[in-house]
Amino acid sequence: MIGAAKELIQYKHLLFTLTWREIRIRYKETVMGFLWAIFMPVLVVVSGLVVRKAFSVVSGKPIEYTELISVVVKSLPWAFFAGSIRTATNSLLTNSNLVTKIYFPREVFPFSSVLTHLFDFAVAGSLLVILIAFSGLSVGVQILWLPLLLLLLILLTAGWALFLSCATLFFRDVKYIVEIVMTFGILFTPVFYDVSMFAEWRYVLLLNPVGTLLEAINDVVVLNRAPDPFWLLYAAIWALGSFLGAWLIFEKAEPVFAESI
Amino acid sequence: MSSVALEFDGVWKKFRKGERYDSLRDLIPATIKQVLSRNHRDELKAREFWALKDVSFQIKRGEAVGVIGFNGSGKSTTLKLLSGILKATRGKVNVNGKLSALIEVAAGFHPDLTGRENIYLNGTILGMRKPEIDRKLEEIVDFSGLEEFIDTPVKRYSSGMYARLGFSVAAHVDPDILLVDEVLSVGDMSFQQRCIDKMKEKIRSDVAVIFISHNLPAVANLCNRAIFLNRGNLVLDGPCETAIQAYVEAMGSWDSRANSEDRIRITDAQFSIGGRQKHSTMKPHTPCELAVVFECESRLPPFNVGFTVRRTQDMSYCYATTTQELGHPLFELLPGERLAVLFQFNAHLARGHYRLDLTVRDPKGVEVLLAANGVTSFSVDEQVTSHGPADLALKANILNPDVHDKTARRMQGTDFCETQ
Repeated sequence: MIGAAKELIQYKHLLFTLTWREIRIRYKETVMGFLWAIFMPVLVVVSGLVVRKAFSVVSGKPIEYTELISVVVKSLPWAFFAGSIRTATNSLLTNSNLVTKIYFPREVFPFSSVLTHLFDFAVAGSLLVILIAFSGLSVGVQILWLPLLLLLLILLTAGWALFLSCATLFFRDVKYIVEIVMTFGILFTPVFYDVSMFAEWRYVLLLNPVGTLLEAINDVVVLNRAPDPFWLLYAAIWALGSFLGAWLIFEKAEPVFAESI
Repeated sequence: MSSVALEFDGVWKKFRKGERYDSLRDLIPATIKQVLSRNHRDELKAREFWALKDVSFQIKRGEAVGVIGFNGSGKSTTLKLLSGILKATRGKVNVNGKLSALIEVAAGFHPDLTGRENIYLNGTILGMRKPEIDRKLEEIVDFSGLEEFIDTPVKRYSSGMYARLGFSVAAHVDPDILLVDEVLSVGDMSFQQRCIDKMKEKIRSDVAVIFISHNLPAVANLCNRAIFLNRGNLVLDGPCETAIQAYVEAMGSWDSRANSEDRIRITDAQFSIGGRQKHSTMKPHTPCELAVVFECESRLPPFNVGFTVRRTQDMSYCYATTTQELGHPLFELLPGERLAVLFQFNAHLARGHYRLDLTVRDPKGVEVLLAANGVTSFSVDEQVTSHGPADLALKANILNPDVHDKTARRMQGTDFCETQ
């Protein structure tokens, strides 16, 4: 494990170059150019707004401004998570010619998928900062939690990216399963709604570590309150556990990649 | 650093034949079935086979070693084990130093990126750093001969251009160990020559090169040593010529296995050099004779006899023709009938070992009725060093003697080495 991490550091140039390749290809020769980075988040945000509007019609309460911001704040990390997982799941297969021909740590493929989407996340995130600045929302000191929460989200994403890319190599139908889970996963994750709407049932929803992290991010950015320590710990265990566990599995399976692909 | 760059120590590698359960949809029912019946395990085990069996060798720095063998003999497996893509089932693979593999050199290319961007991409995949690529960029572009198209996306390249760019990048990596798998077949003649020169340059600069190829002349030309693999066994590890000869002999036994179904056979073949039999060494230009008797076993279509001379050192063609091309009509034999042919030729051949093949062929059906590979073999011995199979009996006469004297004087006392 430590050996693998050292080797990965040795190959960090490759990781960055592959990420650069993905970004370059996506923004090259596509009419939408940099709009790509915000295309998916915008779609998620708009559908979130539609759902919120429906809530407000049913409940008879008008939509509050912070609610809208909160949909945007939760949509971006979700788009990052879902996008990374989707790309990473196929990353070893789409690069099979490299996997079977040249040696280097295979982790660079799922990791570069995550980095590529992190780049998109950063682009969309800076737009969000502008939006928040104009909205007059007062961001408090609790925002200092944000780096930690993002780190946990990245670790969680990277862990699942590693595991699923490796699993797809051995079982081809994993990618279809992932596709379906990612499509409907947004309904099981508090993106369009808040867990508080579910009263005592909210704990069931918080079992999903992505949901826990999204709620915590919403807490620190929009509501300016500290995240719930118990659920924060829960998410941290998930994130670290997934990351380390997945990397161990990946490392164990790596020697047979070339003959199993 | 020790001078041993690569070491294979009793390496075994197992593969599985046939289909594997590669989806959960297939695996889950199969597992349930297996648990219930408990008999399916052995069936799966039986489909495993050894791609390499107890292979050991060492390669030192500055050495170039060729790996030859038939398809499926374990050559590429050897290479993939060395590069770390595959792991040995048993035994040890030791690699000492930075290793770079020229296997499918354009594997890392992305069609949407330009040639220049792909140089950076592929260079990084092959282990170069950006500053290093910056420094070598011009040289790489020069080598590829693609200056004009370097800012064009590679999807617009022809396959030759694609492969050339790939090789050019790979050729500029500075490894301690270079693995090459059948990549010299890219590009036109002049590009191939440039590749061979580049590899020779690497060998001189103390890089260990391991070269896998079916191109025997290239192996003989580049390598100091060759390893002959056959069905996963290391048959021979020695000088190129010996290994190639062993390969050639195995090849002969491969396609002319005494076949009871042959409809025609050779009952007698007498080879004589300068009128003497049972001799196999001669000077260039010696007249030779080969007397052959064919006997027809069962009904045959009309046929001709092909006559081929190959140099066994690299199996290159020296001469080939057929009785038909020599102006003879097609032969027709009834079962039991015989055909006696006397071939006469002068061996205008350079120093080396040669093999003579006879082929009985039905030109209409394009069917080979009999392949008598290595019906005889002989050696040509000559003092003069030359390259290529033909002996032109070349002499260089100096027409103005003063130049000759001057050159001879200047050379005295300097350590002038003969260059090839």
